[in-house]
Amino acid sequence: MQDDIVLKTEDLTKHYGGVHALDGANFELKKGEHVAIMGDNGAGKSTFVRQITGVEQRTRGKIWLYGKEVNFTGPIDAREAGIETVFQTLALADDLDVPDNLFLGRELTFWNWLGPFRFLDYKAMRQATIAGLEKTAVKIPNIKNTIRNMSGGQRQCVAIARTATFHSRLTIMDEPTAALGVQETEQVENIIRQLKSVGEPLILISHNMRQVMDLVDRIIVFRRGRIVANLKRDETDGQDVVAYITGAKGDDVADVA
Amino acid sequence: MAETSHGTGGLTFDKSKRAWPNELNIFIALILIICIFEALGQLLPYMNGQSLLFDTKGRFDSIFNEARIKIIILQVSIIGIIALGVTQVIIAGGIDLSSGSIVGASAMIAMSFAQTELVNGNPNPKAIFGPWAMDLPAIIPVIVGLLCGMLAGIINGVLIAYTRIPPFIATLGMMVSARGVAKWWSRGNPISFPTEDYAWIGSGMMPVIWFVLLAVLFHIILRYTVYGKHTYAIGSNEDAARMSGIKVARHKVLVYTIAGMLASFAAIILSAKNLTAQSGMGLVYELDAIAMAVIGGVSLAGGRGSIIGTCLGMLIFGVIISGFTYLKLDAFYQEMVKGFIIVAAVVLDQWRQKKAAAKT
Repeated sequence: MQDDIVLKTEDLTKHYGGVHALDGANFELKKGEHVAIMGDNGAGKSTFVRQITGVEQRTRGKIWLYGKEVNFTGPIDAREAGIETVFQTLALADDLDVPDNLFLGRELTFWNWLGPFRFLDYKAMRQATIAGLEKTAVKIPNIKNTIRNMSGGQRQCVAIARTATFHSRLTIMDEPTAALGVQETEQVENIIRQLKSVGEPLILISHNMRQVMDLVDRIIVFRRGRIVANLKRDETDGQDVVAYITGAKGDDVADVA
Repeated sequence: MAETSHGTGGLTFDKSKRAWPNELNIFIALILIICIFEALGQLLPYMNGQSLLFDTKGRFDSIFNEARIKIIILQVSIIGIIALGVTQVIIAGGIDLSSGSIVGASAMIAMSFAQTELVNGNPNPKAIFGPWAMDLPAIIPVIVGLLCGMLAGIINGVLIAYTRIPPFIATLGMMVSARGVAKWWSRGNPISFPTEDYAWIGSGMMPVIWFVLLAVLFHIILRYTVYGKHTYAIGSNEDAARMSGIKVARHKVLVYTIAGMLASFAAIILSAKNLTAQSGMGLVYELDAIAMAVIGGVSLAGGRGSIIGTCLGMLIFGVIISGFTYLKLDAFYQEMVKGFIIVAAVVLDQWRQKKAAAKT
């Protein structure tokens, strides 16, 4: 096993009853690398992510994280191992502010002998939040604002800032700009560039060809549950990728993506 | 603003820019309601210039009518203790309709262990158990009472968290069943003549003292502990809470258990104050407690509200009830208006939510 491999999957497969949603996916992600996953709806992109993040249990196959084989029983497991996911549906509590949301479920506390009634260390959480937001260059007017009072872009930024605050070892974003306007999309893309410059590995699921061509090093194309293409950004173009997505090209399965 | 900004994005933490707290609106509402009653006292001819809260007897030592203020606070403090539990249930996105019946059942059961053997030298005419249960230390009926509330709360919580039936239905079932327990316990007979120690719990202004202590405790718990944060998170977005690793089901059981225990503690104070327990005790207290919370800005949609708000809601509730008596209006008008106020508070909350949604 090479040292510079962040994530590796072998023969990763998921069947829902008789439906082969994901079929023998072999995938590798190197340190500091940003990879995009593309494909039509139902091509297996989200299914692939759900197996890696432990949201679902795979039918078959193996997953290694930093050279260590992992078997996540749930998303919490994956998060503790260092995989931070920005889900399509934002997992934010509307009535809480930014630090509260960032630390939800893993609050910094003191007087821990009080069990569930242990006290929150608001100050430390606020400082860690500010540090995390600085790292990602996320723009939020006031971190004491509740999520309810924020725009879609700001909400997305909060979700992304979680990954930076917790020194994640792998960030996965599932269509982070799908519901955003032009300016907000730009804001999120800047955060992704920022992650690239500090060497954080990233898997980006996106339908936006311009965005993908702008941001990532490598593009993986899924079709009918299989990885059909593994393309370096510099050696391909939009038309080529679309040909793989629609099935005009690449009926034979790529061996190792 | 530049000096408080962080990073390239101009991130700020500015205490002065915090949103206008909702509690302040409720406090203003309280003051307004008091003003209306004071104005009516001056304007209505049959009132002869009386005042609701202020002294009109020309005393030198005080400008307030302490007697009435004491009565207002005393009459709402016992239901206020229930409202503290209801507040956290509603913040967690639930509802508890069973608290009034838990008061009835807990009062009956606790009182039966609090009886004194001899009343004026004669055997206790209302004795439930034999001599073994007479003149026990007050701590025993208190513990027994709290256990009743705890059991009812656990049943509520487990039903809601694990069978996924709506809180409204689960606690409605408990409301009917617990009232049945209250009637069955002594076959409908009142239970009376507690020991002096037990009576002390509800004597004089003790209910107010208990309320203040518990209100401070729960204010701290909801605002500064993990339990409180998770309660808000679950009421705000249950799926997000679950994805963040919060054990939602376990937390809900805890929330309903605490609500049940607060209701049973209210029962202990009430029975000690009245020196008797009857199966009808605490009837519709659950609705009064919910009303206090809702008037105090606790959102029925979950996720929003505070103990301070509920305390203010409780005072508004108390002032209105006392105000009606002071205006010499009959009790049935009180109930009509009570219903109206609850609905108005919910309408106001929804209007606030729409306004908040429109802003983004």
